[in-house]
Amino acid sequence: MELTGAQIFLECLKKEGVDVVFGFPGGAVIDIYDELPNYPFKHILVRHEQGAIHAADGYARATGDVGVCLVTSGPGATNTVTGIATAYMDSIPVVIFTGQVPTPLIGNDAFQEVDIVGITRPCTKHNYLVKDIKDLAFTVRQAFYLARTGRPGPVLVDLPKDIMQQKFEFVWPEDVSLRSYNPNLKPHTRQIKKVAKLIEKAERPLIYAGGGVISSGAEDELTWLAKSLNIPVTATLMGLGAFPGNDPLWLGMLGMHGTYAANMAINNADLVLAIGARFDDRVTGKVSTFAPKATLVHIDIDPTSIQKNVAVHVPLVADCKSALSALKSEMELKSKSIDWEVSHAVWVRQVQEWSEIHPLRYKKGSKFIKPQFVVEKVYEISNGDAIIATEVGQNQMWAAQFYKFKRSKSFLSSGGLGTMGYGFPAAIGAQMAFPDKLVVNIAGDGSIQMNIQEMMTAVCNNLPVKIVILNNGYLGMVRQWQELFYNRNYCETCMDAQPDFVKLAEAYGAAGFRVTEEKDVEPVLKEAFALNKPVIVDVRVDPEENVYPMVPAGASLTDMLLV
Amino acid sequence: MRHTLSVTVENEPGVLSRVVGLFSGRGFNIESLNVAPTLEEGVSHMTISTIGEEQIIEQIVKQLRKLVTVIKVVDLTEHKSVEREMAILKVNAEDAKRAEILRIVDIFRCKVVDVSVDELSIEITGDNGKIEAIINLLSRFGIKEIARTGSVAMKRALQI
Ligand SMILES: Cc1ncc(C[n+]2csc(CCOP(=O)(O)OP(=O)(O)O)c2C)c(N)n1
Repeated sequence: MELTGAQIFLECLKKEGVDVVFGFPGGAVIDIYDELPNYPFKHILVRHEQGAIHAADGYARATGDVGVCLVTSGPGATNTVTGIATAYMDSIPVVIFTGQVPTPLIGNDAFQEVDIVGITRPCTKHNYLVKDIKDLAFTVRQAFYLARTGRPGPVLVDLPKDIMQQKFEFVWPEDVSLRSYNPNLKPHTRQIKKVAKLIEKAERPLIYAGGGVISSGAEDELTWLAKSLNIPVTATLMGLGAFPGNDPLWLGMLGMHGTYAANMAINNADLVLAIGARFDDRVTGKVSTFAPKATLVHIDIDPTSIQKNVAVHVPLVADCKSALSALKSEMELKSKSIDWEVSHAVWVRQVQEWSEIHPLRYKKGSKFIKPQFVVEKVYEISNGDAIIATEVGQNQMWAAQFYKFKRSKSFLSSGGLGTMGYGFPAAIGAQMAFPDKLVVNIAGDGSIQMNIQEMMTAVCNNLPVKIVILNNGYLGMVRQWQELFYNRNYCETCMDAQPDFVKLAEAYGAAGFRVTEEKDVEPVLKEAFALNKPVIVDVRVDPEENVYPMVPAGASLTDMLLV
Repeated sequence: MRHTLSVTVENEPGVLSRVVGLFSGRGFNIESLNVAPTLEEGVSHMTISTIGEEQIIEQIVKQLRKLVTVIKVVDLTEHKSVEREMAILKVNAEDAKRAEILRIVDIFRCKVVDVSVDELSIEITGDNGKIEAIINLLSRFGIKEIARTGSVAMKRALQI
C-alpha cells in the first residue's frame, strides 16, 4: 500500500521502537503533525525547540536509548543547534528531524528556509537531506543506526515538505550497512595481553573512567576490575556513576574541580587506564605534566580520541565493554597466582590518605546557607537514588562533587559544551522516561532562566521535576574566576535582579518554595520531593562561595587551590 | 612535512564540504585538493595535499576516516606512489627572451599552448618539485598568471 511521506516517516519511528518525541510544530512539518494522532507514541510539546533537543538528550542519557526530536524548518531548526552541539560533544545518541521547505524552493531563500544540514555539519555525527521519497525509510533507518552505534552522537534528518506529502510504497529496510562505516568494536588480543601484563607489573595503577564506560554499558566490568584487582578509580564529569560513588576505592572526579586525592593519584600513578575518556583540557590541566610517571593505556571506540591531546603508550581501539570483558578474562587467569589485595595495598593506603587529608569540604558556621550543604541534603533525602540533572557553573560542580552517584545514567550534565539551560529540559526528558523516579535539576539562578519556559511543559505533562536553585545572585562560576584571576572585577556577573521564583513557579501552575535559613533546607526539600508536581525550591545561598579544589586553567593538576 | 592523501568518498552532495569543513574547523591546512569521479559509479577520488607534523597528519587521517561518507584514506607518503600536477603559466616573452624561454620549455618537456606578441602560455605536468622548479626558472622573465591543478596521485602497482 502507498503511504504519504509523513506516514512513512512515522511508520519508521514505530519500527524503531520510539515511544516519545519531543517537538514543536510549524508549517514545514504540519503534514507530520496531521498524522501524529494516529500513531502510538507520545509527543511532548515543548515551549522552545532548544527545550525539545535537550529533553531528547536527557531522555537518551537517562535511558541509554536514542532520543528523538521533531521541529519545523528555519527558526525551529536553528533553535536546536545549541542542543545538537551539546549532544555531539558528549556523544549522546539523538535523532533530530527538521522540516524543510519544499524541494523546488530549496536554495531560493524561501520563507523559513535555512541550510540546516550545512549549519549542523560540524556538530552532528552525520546528517541528511531527504531529496527523494524513495530514500526516506532507508535514511531514517540509517540515522538511528548511526546515532546509536560506534561512538554515539546526534544525527539530523532534514525533511522537505513536499516529500512528506508525496506517496510511495512503504518498505522497511531490515538491514543497514554502510560500506564506509564500520566501527571497530572488538579489541586486539595482543593489546589486551599487553595491558594485562602492565597491570600485573604496576605498583600504583589507577583507573580514569569517562562517559564511554556508560555509553557502552561497561560499568559492571569496570567495577569488577577495580574491586577484584584493588585499583582506585577516578572519573571525568561524564563518567560519574560508572563506578559507585560510595565505594572505598572511589576517589572522586579528577581535573579542574577534581578532588585532591584524584589529582594526586594521577600525578603519582605508574599506570593509568583511561577508559572511554578523551583527555579534555578541563581534566588534564597542563598536558605536559599530566600523569608524568605513568604508562598510559587508552581504551576508546573512537580512534580520533586516541593521541589527540596526550601521547599514550598503549592505544586500544575498541568498545569499552568488549575491551574490559576481554581484560577481565585475562586478569582472572592471573588472579590465580597474584594477591592483588597485597600487591596494591601500599598504593591504596596512600590514595586513601590523600582523601583523608583533603576531603571535599566547605567552611561551615557562616550566616549563609552553603550550596554544598544543600547538595548533601538532596543526596541524603533522595538516598542517592535520584536522577540529577544540572545546569552549568558552580551548581554543576557542587552537584558533581557532593552527590555520590551510585549508578550510571543518574547524572545528566552538559560536560563538553557546558550549556547553561541544559539541565531543566534534560530533567524533563529523564522524567518522561522514568515517571516514578525522583528527578532533580540542580540549578543556578542564571542558568535556570535560560529555559525556564519549559516549566509549562512539565506542568502540562504532569512531570514532577524538582528544580533546586542554588541562588547566589551571581553568574557564580564566572564571578569566581573574576575573583581569583581578574582582581574581583565582577563585571556583568551580578544577577541579583531576578524574578520571584516562587511566584514564577506558581504562575506556571507549579509549586514554589523559598529557603533562607539553613534549618529549613531539609524540611522544605522533603516537602518538595514528596509533592507530585513540578516544584521550584529557591535556596538563597552564600553569594560568594567558591568551588574548591580548583586547578587554574592551564596549570598542573597538582597546583590545586584548596579550601 | 608535506603529505599527500588519497581519499575515496561517496559521490554525494555535501561530501566535499564535509571534508573541507573538517580541515577548516580544526585549523588544519589544505595545500591543494582535487576531486573527480572514479570508474565506480557513485564513488569519487580526492587527492589532498597538506603540510603538518606527524601527530597532526595522524589526526587528519583518523578524522577523515571517521566521516561517514569517506570510504578509504591512504597516506601516500607511506607508500610508493605516482604524483602529478599540471600548471599553466603565462610568461612575459618579448622577442629577445623568447628563445631562452623556449629552451627551458624544451628541457622541461613542457608544451606551449598559446602564443601572442609578447607572451607565451606554457603547460607543464610533473611532480610538485618540477612545477616549483620551472616556476622558479621562469619567474625572472615575469610570470603574469598561473593556474595550477594541485596534485593528483595514486599508489603504485606492486613491483615484483
Ligand atoms: C549558554 C551559556 N552562556 C554562557 C556560559 C558561560 N558561563 C559558564 S558558567 C556561567 C555562570 C552560571 O551562572 P549560574 O547559572 O547562576 O550558576 P552558578 O555558577 O552561580 O552556580 C556562565 C555565564 C555558558 N556556560 N553557557
